[in-house]
Amino acid sequence: MTDFGFSISKSATIDMDAVDMELYERVCRQVPSARICMSCGSCSASCVAAPYSGMSVRKVILALQRGKDVRTMLSNCMLCGKCSMACPRGVNTRNLILTVCRNL
Amino acid sequence: MIYEGKKRIWSEYQKDIPDDHWYYVRSCIRQNFFPASERMFTEITRNVLGKDLYETPHHTTCGGIAYHCDTLPQETAMTIVARQFALMTEAGYENYVPSCITSFGNYAEILETWEEFPELEAKIRENLWKACRREFQKPKYLAHSSDLIFHWRDAIAAKAKHLLVNPHTGAPLRIVEHIGCHYAKMFPSKGEGGAEYPYVLAGMIESWGGEVVDYPERRHCCGYGFRQYHVKANRGYSISNTYKKFESMEPYHPDAIITNCPGCPYFLDRWQYVIAEQTGKTYGENGFGIPVLTYEELAGLVLGYDPWNLGLQLHQVAVEPLLDKMGVDYDPDAKYLGVNREDIMRPELPKSIRCY
Ligand code: SF4
Ligand code: SF4
Repeated sequence: MTDFGFSISKSATIDMDAVDMELYERVCRQVPSARICMSCGSCSASCVAAPYSGMSVRKVILALQRGKDVRTMLSNCMLCGKCSMACPRGVNTRNLILTVCRNL
Repeated sequence: MIYEGKKRIWSEYQKDIPDDHWYYVRSCIRQNFFPASERMFTEITRNVLGKDLYETPHHTTCGGIAYHCDTLPQETAMTIVARQFALMTEAGYENYVPSCITSFGNYAEILETWEEFPELEAKIRENLWKACRREFQKPKYLAHSSDLIFHWRDAIAAKAKHLLVNPHTGAPLRIVEHIGCHYAKMFPSKGEGGAEYPYVLAGMIESWGGEVVDYPERRHCCGYGFRQYHVKANRGYSISNTYKKFESMEPYHPDAIITNCPGCPYFLDRWQYVIAEQTGKTYGENGFGIPVLTYEELAGLVLGYDPWNLGLQLHQVAVEPLLDKMGVDYDPDAKYLGVNREDIMRPELPKSIRCY
């Protein structure tokens, strides 16, 4: 391959037609409150694991909606439940995390 | 998408283009990239349609490239432009038509700035007088040369030798139209169809029998972006933009791409080779690329001009698949011959993308 001194970066666009939503839909059936998340980020702000590990319930929900892998993020959760107290929408976050883990 | 609604919105953005007497200014770079395009424009305007088109050898750069590359201040570009307007005034013309999209954007931006800041216009008039003792009138009408071909598209269709229709199957050719960013993204009201629904090239395709391809990244930049390409460290941005467009148009299987900007056809054409080198991917059929033409070259093909007189042999991506689909007669052996069929050697062809 010729070295041009520059290269192509892949587009960050997500093709929603190509996303596998199966896991997200399955989790939503078991934890219906997952659907009412408004991505405010209160869960991530209150999460004790977040500053050290990048754990974020908001990101987990978003990643599920985009068919991305959430294993690494979830492995950092301590199941302390602070996020469920902070959530203004009443998303059952701790249950959501456990449910995702069970369905993986 | 509701196509009827889109058509109605387009129709509301039509410009009232004067039919004759134009003062034409060429681009700095188009004659190197696509050498017959401007020649074809003058040929169609003067000899095919019998219009009055005037040019002067005293015309220079408009300063647009240097202005957009941040190497000269706008006041300098304005004084250069003031001199171009003075040349137009001296020649007795009022309708100004640049061949370059960046020039068109530059002129539109300067005229708009003078409208908002008349004191700046007065200063530029003084600069010009001090620099070269010239005075100018502002053009009554500013159009891009693609606006004129758009305006005359039906007259061209009436004289067409080859429509954008596959003569073997009767199916319309699927054409991607790509509009230069400086055409209508800065001043939507100055372009045919505004910024969101530019109709200038789509109108040509429809009049000449083709089908316009609508794809997700249709309005995305070609990737040239002056500060991206001209700085080598930034060239990855440039090619990534182009790659994004090709990935987006690929599922629609376009037969060709037409553009109205100096940079767009160059980058959409040449980057296909670099993408093929870097990723092994080609976007046309059977290992070819998708041919990229300027609107003048396409008009020339429609009117039956010889492809090698249109300079199509200077394209990186082979144009022969499009010529075959249009039913254009051409001599494959003459592709790289010079004047009077003189042998001027053949270029080295790449292995990553099929070429003739
Ligand atoms: S349960 Fe997990 S995600 Fe929620 S605050 Fe605790 S560590 Fe963070
Ligand atoms: S706090 Fe609740 S609503 Fe806000 S992002 Fe987290 S889960 Fe969603």
